[in-house]
Order: sequence, then structure tokens, then C-alpha cells
Amino acid sequence: MQKLGVFVCHCGTNIAATVDVKAVAEALGREPSVVVSTDYPYMCSESGQNLIKDAIREHSLDGVVICSCSPRMHENTFRKAAAQAGLNPYMVEIANIREQCSWIHKDREEATEKAIVLGRAAIAKVLLNTPLTAGESPVTKRALVIGGGIAGIQTALDIAEAGFPVDIVEKEPTIGGKMAQLDKTFPTLDCAACILTPKMVDCAQNENIRILSFSEVEEVTGFVGNFTAKIRRKARYVDETKCTGCGLCTEKCPVKKVPNEFNLGMDNRRAVYIPFAQAVPKVARIDPDWCNMLKNGKCGLCSKVCTVGAIDYKQTDTVLEEHYGAIVAATGYEPIKVDRYGEYAYAQSKDVITSLEFERLTNAAGPTSGTLLRPSDGRHPHTIVFIQCVGSRCTPEMGKTYCSKICCMYTAKHAMLTREKYPDTDVYVFYIDVRTPGKNFDEFYRRAAEEYGVHYIKGAVGKVMPRADGTLDVQASDLIMNEQLHINADLVVLAAAIEPSKTARRLATMLTASMDTNDFFTEAHPKLRPVESPTAGIFLSGVCQGPKDIPETVSQASACAAKVIGLLSKNKLTGNPCVAHSDEWMCNGCSNCASVCPYGAITYLDKDFRMPDRSTKTRRVASVNPAVCQGCGACTVACPSGAMDLYGFSNSQIMAEVDAICK
Amino acid sequence: MKFAYYPGCTLKNRAKALDRTARETAALLGIEFEEIPEWQCCGGAYTSAKDEIATKLASVRALAAGRQIGDGRVVTVCSACYNVLKQTNHEFAVNPDFDFKVNNYLKGEPEYHGEGGVVHYLELLRDEVGFDELKKRVTRPLTGKKIAAYYGCLLLRPSSVLAFDDPENPAVMEDFIRALGAEPVLYSMRNECCGGYLTLTDRETAKRRSAAVKESAREMGADYMITACPLCLYNLTKNTDEPIPVRYFTEVLADALGLGGE
Amino acid sequence: MNNDWKDRIVRMSGAAVQKCMRCGKCSATCPNYGEMEYHPHQFVYMVERGDTERLMASPSIFECLTCFACVERCPRGVEPAKVIEAVRLEVIRQKGANHLKPDDLPAAADEDLPGQALVTALRKFAK
Repeated sequence: MQKLGVFVCHCGTNIAATVDVKAVAEALGREPSVVVSTDYPYMCSESGQNLIKDAIREHSLDGVVICSCSPRMHENTFRKAAAQAGLNPYMVEIANIREQCSWIHKDREEATEKAIVLGRAAIAKVLLNTPLTAGESPVTKRALVIGGGIAGIQTALDIAEAGFPVDIVEKEPTIGGKMAQLDKTFPTLDCAACILTPKMVDCAQNENIRILSFSEVEEVTGFVGNFTAKIRRKARYVDETKCTGCGLCTEKCPVKKVPNEFNLGMDNRRAVYIPFAQAVPKVARIDPDWCNMLKNGKCGLCSKVCTVGAIDYKQTDTVLEEHYGAIVAATGYEPIKVDRYGEYAYAQSKDVITSLEFERLTNAAGPTSGTLLRPSDGRHPHTIVFIQCVGSRCTPEMGKTYCSKICCMYTAKHAMLTREKYPDTDVYVFYIDVRTPGKNFDEFYRRAAEEYGVHYIKGAVGKVMPRADGTLDVQASDLIMNEQLHINADLVVLAAAIEPSKTARRLATMLTASMDTNDFFTEAHPKLRPVESPTAGIFLSGVCQGPKDIPETVSQASACAAKVIGLLSKNKLTGNPCVAHSDEWMCNGCSNCASVCPYGAITYLDKDFRMPDRSTKTRRVASVNPAVCQGCGACTVACPSGAMDLYGFSNSQIMAEVDAICK
Repeated sequence: MKFAYYPGCTLKNRAKALDRTARETAALLGIEFEEIPEWQCCGGAYTSAKDEIATKLASVRALAAGRQIGDGRVVTVCSACYNVLKQTNHEFAVNPDFDFKVNNYLKGEPEYHGEGGVVHYLELLRDEVGFDELKKRVTRPLTGKKIAAYYGCLLLRPSSVLAFDDPENPAVMEDFIRALGAEPVLYSMRNECCGGYLTLTDRETAKRRSAAVKESAREMGADYMITACPLCLYNLTKNTDEPIPVRYFTEVLADALGLGGE
Repeated sequence: MNNDWKDRIVRMSGAAVQKCMRCGKCSATCPNYGEMEYHPHQFVYMVERGDTERLMASPSIFECLTCFACVERCPRGVEPAKVIEAVRLEVIRQKGANHLKPDDLPAAADEDLPGQALVTALRKFAK
């Protein structure tokens, strides 16, 4: 007869307010095998854990059931406590009577009854538990950072500084990301390029960092400490090892009318180009959609002018395979498409622009060399209207449900800089709320209003109407005055919501990392583990986890690096013993399990078996690599013969739980 | 192609030209309109209140009758009828309580559960005839004419129900104008209200609204305007001093197809 | 604060006044803003507050064109025009509260006025 202990946690009032914890302890104390059953206000506290440890020692317990919060919160805490008292940690079961009971019910009697049932299920399971021992696996001491914006750059630099090699994979021809397109940065107004480009150069010069630009991750296999990634190095038709970035080819190329994506299509580049002056790596790329040589074999001018013979029209994609211990997602964001908000006439008027376009129009390296000119006629705008929250804070049908967080501040920056440089310009900002929670942020916004005379109007713009004279009639509400306004503007700037990069969803699938409904990566814990994905070995840096400004991104990027360094510093990792295993006598070799396994953990072996009639027969049977298996259980469900089972979550354990609930 | 045809009350009196040119052009383009027998007025306005059932029964009966004809979709030419019939039909899909109550009213008549449909003549021209084909059928192209399409509200909103076109930046009438050989004029007020039925209770408001619409079209250089709605046409002609002519889209279509005089 | 009234308007209109985030887009978009004493964002707010009497007594509820521009552009799916329609019905369903009476029609109508205008106005403004 096994001896079990049951420990019911109040979680302050979180559980105790809705569940009669004493009644639960009492009821479960009457279950067969239970020799001790008690309750305590905070079971996770040190004294709570001591209560468990003392009971294990005093009663020589074989198993422990803890009725508390979700196992995601404190399973490890209680397993450790059990181990310290000499009990195998896998002889601990959690009955989740908080998230799955007290938090979701109102009726105390019903909730108490349910808590007892959940406790009984855990008791039924723990009676079938067996002690398990976790295996160990080595750690590949190299990190992969996916995305080369400021987030990826900072994470890579910090990891490299700690002495570990890092690869940055960037899908564009240069690292730098969105920050490279910005003009100045709030709230200090230092120039984005001046603070970013030294970091880009640091990446290029750091011997621990390898930049794989114009490349994309195609496939990731393995598990924490032991990932293998396939990286497609897209053909740029220029030999990266030879190109010196002299730019001669980009001057001679006869194809001059290619929309320049770095300036958001507001000027043109050549078919062979270097994205911008401070690009890293400073290597040209030939755009096959525009290059005459690649399209119809007629030209070859760039090849003739290149003094180092770097042009290679025959270059093809190559695929690099590399091993990593940790992977960082730093895939960043894109502004949403604003065409769908047709009332703002973005598609009708060139003088309705997005804030990122405004950045380029004020940047010295932009299409107007930093002079603010209207895209339609190249004249100075004298009245500018900024519209906030375009596509943010909407219902899901109308846009993004979240606040994009950066718009209030960059709009204050745009408005302030415009008033400083062009004092004869009237600047209006239509806002719902001005959100400035950050160091020196509100002071910055107030300066825009108080010192620079930016007109902040609480209200929304209903419609932007292009007029025959080229101006824009902006119809808006002023909620403080309770008026409807018409402003005759020369330029309208839309603070477009930001959304995760479109590449993030595919990457999340590859990494088996979870995402929220907005396609932001989910963190392991929103407060306590904000830079880790719930999938071990996957880390999150920058806006791919949620909207952030540059200071916050850099902080998070460094935090992320610290977590990666912590992992890479270990020589061995303790695995999860709750993995699948196959009963070779029952396995019929059908391959169902291998086809559903998301981790590629199952292989098939031809094995000799001694049959009951003493003959030897070769049979094809499934074999699970416990180091790769994550214990998801998909194979146990797919197996038609019942050969596949999961340690710690066996079919018989789960059925015992169900039986206990249904009793 | 045969479709159930719901002319609506206004097309039987003040907007006879709209009815006549719609039928004539459709016939020429190989579309047969079979008028729904004994149809009643749709009410002119869809009342969005959830407890308004009886006022929608005339529309329901028209939809129920229309499902027997052609592919079951009812064609309208008037924007208001289109709006009312389509919103009514949509309510069956999203509101079981409405379905239940309507069918209680319909006791003794065949049940109706939203299986019919509603389509505007402009949609037929776009999707069934096709503007490329229409262009080929034009015998008197409107070359050189600058035409401003006036959508108003009823064809476009609520777009989640009507799904007629992009509610802020519609294209169907502009494409229609191009098919007839003319040049469409884009102007901001093409999807803003003309004042509608307020002309009865507050004529000054209707005048201000219509004037704003027409000024916007004039500013962008329109020779004349087209609409699908008799009330819009009334407001834009009777409630403004702006001389730009306003015509039904079907009249312009009839001209381009060589029907009628000139 | 009249909660019964508020609940009835919300139920009748099917509109979600509590979703309003006070951005004022409905009032920014309203073509008939200038003719109103209270404006679309105030309609929504007054219903949310249960401010019955002032709203029901206001001529503003008969100035809504039901053009649905506010419904189309509201970022929160509040549907102000439906709220106003419910309030208007609440008023005209009272005894003798028709805003437009058949007797008024001959004076208001001219020979070109489409029948559509008459039936629409009566549907909107009379029970």
C-alpha cells in the first residue's frame, strides 16, 4: 500500500475565497492511500515547502499531491522540494484548483466540489507514477539570432562579448532594420544612424559574429542546446567575399527607375545597388527583377566596371547547415498597410503619408536630402496634420486591438522637429490619448506643445478630402470644444499601427514557438520570463514579442542575451524524462507515430526478436530518441496498437484520472 | 440569364426612366428581368432596431418570391431597395430570433430563411456581363465626357452587410464609366450623404448636404453626375442651384448602347 | 442614471455603447454635425450614462441622416447610428410623438419628390 500526502494551498484568497480549502483537505484525507492531508495559506512559500518536506520524511510518503495553481507556475518548485526530502521529483502531482477552478467559478459549493474531484484525479494518477530520472544532453556553444535590426544587433553583440560565437541571419541585404530608416530618436533627439551604425560596424568587426545577410532560416530541427538550422543564402549575384562596396557598379548601371525600398519607394535606385551608404555588409546586390543581364542577357555593364571581379550572374542560392545551442527570434515589425482606411485617402493623394515615410522625408539621406517637401509637387507644406492611432486600438475587424506604443512619442518628435526647422508651419496632432509612460517622455511631449506650439487636439479625423487645388480638407472633431473642424492641410501624416513581420508566423511554426492572436511571439511568463519563449532554447528580442520603442528594445535585447549566455555557459542540460517510449513487442511498424512527431524524434529500426516458437524474426519497430522527444504525446494518440506510451503521462495514468473524475 | 426583378415603388412613378432604361439595357445585354408578382414597397429604409419585424415583411415576401426565379437572386436598380432587401436578407443569417418571428408572421405562406439573395444591376453589369464585354457592346461611346459617379450611402453602407464595393474608395461605377468610353471623376463626397429623406422635415439641411456633394464634383471638373438612387437624384437636382446635370446610370448606359434618340 | 432605459436602448439597437473609447471619430465623420445640438459621440455617451430625458427631448435625434458613415468608420464597432435610431424609436413610439404626420406631407412635398422619400421619412419619423 502506497502512502500519499495531500497539500491544499489557499493561495492567499485566490483559491480560499472560492474554494473551501479545509473541506478539500478533509475530503481528500479520506481517500485510500492518503495518510496526511492538510492546507496552508501559501504552499509555495518556504514554510509551505517545509511542511511538505517534513511530511515526506515523517510519513515516508511515496507520492505527493499538491492542490494549487497551474503546474506551469510551481510544479518545479514542488518537485525540487520533494527531491530535497528524498522523494523522486516525478512522484509529485499538481491538481490545478486555481486557474481551472477558483478563478473561473463563482459558486463556492460547486467550486469546492470540483476541487475535490480534481484532487481525486491527481491522487489516481500519482498512484500509477513511477520514479523517473532525467537524462543529460550536451550544449552547442553557438547562438543563432534571426533578424538584424537593433534588437538582433544588440543581442548578438552581448552574446559575442561573453565569448560565444553568434550568427545573425538577416533577410535583407544589410543589417540595421527599421532603426536605420529613422531620422532622429526620441526623447533625446540623437540621430538614429549616428548611434546605430557604430553598432552595425561592431557586429561586422567582432570576430565572434558572423553576419549572414540576404539569408533566411528555412528549417530548424533539434531541441534546446542542440538545434540544427538550414539557412538559405539567397543569390545576390555579387560575390560577398570580393565586393569592396566601392559603388562603381551602382553608378554605371543603366536601369535607373527601380523604386527604392529603403526610401519606401519615394525615390529610385539602380538594378544593382547598395541599400544605403552605411550598409553592413557594404556589398552590392543585383535585383533580378530589374537587371537586364539577368532578365534577357543584354548588358553586363556592372561586370565590366567591377575592378575586383565580384559580379557573378550565375550565382545561385546556397543552403548552409549549422548547429546552435540557442535561437533568438528578433524579427521585428512592419507598419500596417493603411490603404484600407480609405477615409484618410492614402491611396488617392500622394500628400497623405505614413510616419515612416515622414522619417525618410526629413532624413538627410532620404529622397529630399532632409528638406521637408510635399511628395506631390515638391513644395514646402505649411499646414501639417498628424493623425494618431491609425489601425491601433481597434476591434479585430477594424484593425489591431493593441496600442502600438511608439506613435505618440514619434509624432511628438515629428511635430516638434517640424516646428523647429520650419517655424512658419502649422502643425496639428489629433489624438485619442497621448500615452507617454517612459523616462523623460511626458516632458518631451509637453515641450512639443508648450515650447514649440504644436496644436494638440483631442479628437479624431473623420475624413481627408483631396481638393482640386492640391490641398487636403481634413474634417475632424475637437472633443474639448465640441466642434467639427475643417483644416486645409498640405500634408497629412498617418501614425500607422505596427504589426509583427510577416515572416514571424512561419518562423514560429519552424521553432514550435507559440504566438498570440496578433502574431507576436508569446513569452514563457508575461512578467517573470519575458525574454524566453515557452519552447526551451528559443529566446525573444525586440518587437517580435510586442510593441516597443528603441530604449525598451535594447534593454530587452540585452536581457535576452543574458538568458542565452546563461544557457550557453552550461556544458550539459538536464532533459525532460517525460518522453515517449515504444513497447517493441506491440509495435507493428506502421509509421503513424513518426509521421505525427513534430520534433523528428522517432526513427525505425529493424530488430531481431526471439519469437515464442524460438525462431528469430526481424521486425520493424519504432524507436524514440529521448533527447529529441518533447513529450507532447502526439504519437501515443496516433499509435493504433497502443505500443507508444509516455513516461509520466501514460495512457493508464490518464484513464485513471478520467475514471476518478467520472466516478 | 434570368433574374427576379424588384423595381420598387419609386420606379413605378417618379423614376420611370430608371425602370425603363434598366429593362431596355438589360434586355439588350441578354439579361431577362422577370418582375416579382405582387411585390410591395420595401419601406425605403431599413430600421436597424432588433424589435422591428413587421416593417420588414414586405421585403421578406419579395425575397421569398424571388427565390423561385432564375438563380434565386433578386435584382434591384434603386439603391434604397437594394439596401433594405439585402440588410433584411442578411438578418436571417445572423439573427435566429428574427427568422423565428418573421416566420410566425408568415404563417400560411411558405417559410423563408434567407435562402434567396439580392444583387444590384451594377453588380450584374460588373460580374455577369463584365465591363470588358460591356465596352464591346457600346455603340455610342461617351468619349471626352467627364462623369462623376455618386454612390451616396445606401449602396455602400454598412459594408459588412452589403459588401457591394470598398465603402471608402469604391470603383464599380468608375469602371462602368470607363467601359462606356467616358472619364470618371474622383471626388471626395461621392460616398457622403445627399441629405436623404431629411428634405421633408429639414429642407435647408438637405440643401446644404447636396450642395456640398455637387461642389465637390464640380471642383474636380465633372460634366455631369450619375446615380442609382431616385432620392439622391431629387436632392442633387431640386435642392441645389449647382447646374451640373444628374442622370441615372441606366440612362447613360442606354445612350452608350445606342438605345433611344439623339 | 436610468439603467432600464439604457439596457432597453442597447438591446433594441444591438449596438455596444460600452465599447466606445471616446475618440470622437463618429462626430468627426458626421455629415450633419452642424445641425445637431448633441453630436454622435454624445449620443453614445448619453446612452451609456443613462441620460434619458435630455437626449429624448433633443431635436438632434431627428437630424441623423442614417447615412451610416459613423458605423462604417468607428474603430470600436460601436454603431452610433443604430443607437440614435433606437432612441428615436423610443420617442416616436410614445403616444402622439410622431415627428412627421401625414398632414405635413403635402406642404413638404413637391411633384418631383420620389415616393421613396415619403415612405422613408414616415418610417423614420412616425410609428
